[in-house]
Amino acid sequence: MKYLLANFVLIIFFLNNPFTFKEIDKGYDIGDYATDFSLPDINGKRVSLADYKDARGFLVIFTCNTCPYAVAYEDRIIELDKKYKIKGVPVIAINPNDPDLQPADGVEYMKKRAMEKGFTFPYLIDKGQKIFPQYGATKTPHVYLLEKSKQGNVVRYIGTIDDNYSNASAVKTKYVENAVDAMLKGEEIPITITRAIGCSIKSR
Amino acid sequence: MIRLILSLSILLFSGCGVKESKNTKFENSELVKNEFIPVDSLGIPIYNYDELEPLLNRKDDKTYIVNFWATWCAPCIKELPFFEKINQEGKNNNLEVILVSLDMPSMWKSKLLPFIKTKNIKSKVVVLNDPDQNSWIPKIDKNWSGAIPATLIYNRKKRKFYEQSFTYEMLNKEIQEFK
Repeated sequence: MKYLLANFVLIIFFLNNPFTFKEIDKGYDIGDYATDFSLPDINGKRVSLADYKDARGFLVIFTCNTCPYAVAYEDRIIELDKKYKIKGVPVIAINPNDPDLQPADGVEYMKKRAMEKGFTFPYLIDKGQKIFPQYGATKTPHVYLLEKSKQGNVVRYIGTIDDNYSNASAVKTKYVENAVDAMLKGEEIPITITRAIGCSIKSR
Repeated sequence: MIRLILSLSILLFSGCGVKESKNTKFENSELVKNEFIPVDSLGIPIYNYDELEPLLNRKDDKTYIVNFWATWCAPCIKELPFFEKINQEGKNNNLEVILVSLDMPSMWKSKLLPFIKTKNIKSKVVVLNDPDQNSWIPKIDKNWSGAIPATLIYNRKKRKFYEQSFTYEMLNKEIQEFK
């Protein structure tokens, strides 16, 4: 009921505001089933969530080369992958930006960045920009924690990595780590949605 | 640490343009007299969210157009001239544009100040420097995902938040609703 009411309020709000309608009205809520995809990585190899037979979940992270916040979090994304891949929750990074609008997010630049930083996770291209709107990602970086179940991949957490983009050592709350830890223990996730400033996704 | 350096430099070089910190935990102690944060170290104010909040809640006769932007945000830079134009045109019309920069501390001197200078920005610019973004983003608007550009338009009677880019025409049309 609350959900219905919230949607109703949103619809009323967006009726007055047609420009934002398509961006925010879509997208997942906690508990929704997230779509799988088949997206090319930087070498052209297609990657799907279904490829990961033994995974318990996924950290799907919309990120890019060009956003200062994405860059600020690169090392922490690598650390997340290293820490949780072995526990069955790998990072899957997706660059949602249209390279025609943001040339430095083109595949050659993605390759270069992945090499320089030593990305331990697949860095995929949202070709045709069909996936990020379904997830409801609006900016980079934007994290979705999914838990694998028999029915599909359930969205457990949406938001930012932690509470201090500028200084990893000054972080007080590690939202994503807390969420994955709770999920793996079968406990309730303490904070399921967070907000952070990010670069709007470049799309036409 | 940056704040400390900035306050020291301001004390050294200007000796003015400082105010008492709202952050201090020693509200009632002697320390409060000596705790300063720079208001004018760059020539523009640097605020945490609590310090910015009054600018988002003024109760006078004006309509305020508060734009959240950064020099690294291409769509923000693209729409900035429209806000500048509205600010110029609205001066006698009880309109005021406030540009809230989300540039990171490392960019203040290298990017933000040169940008303001070369583009000859006339609107009021303030910097919001508050890394715990999840604590304040929902206070500005409960539906804001945090993507920029984003704009708040408000006056005493009406308040509306826009997570989107504007053209001059769109902005002008929205402002008409606040008259």
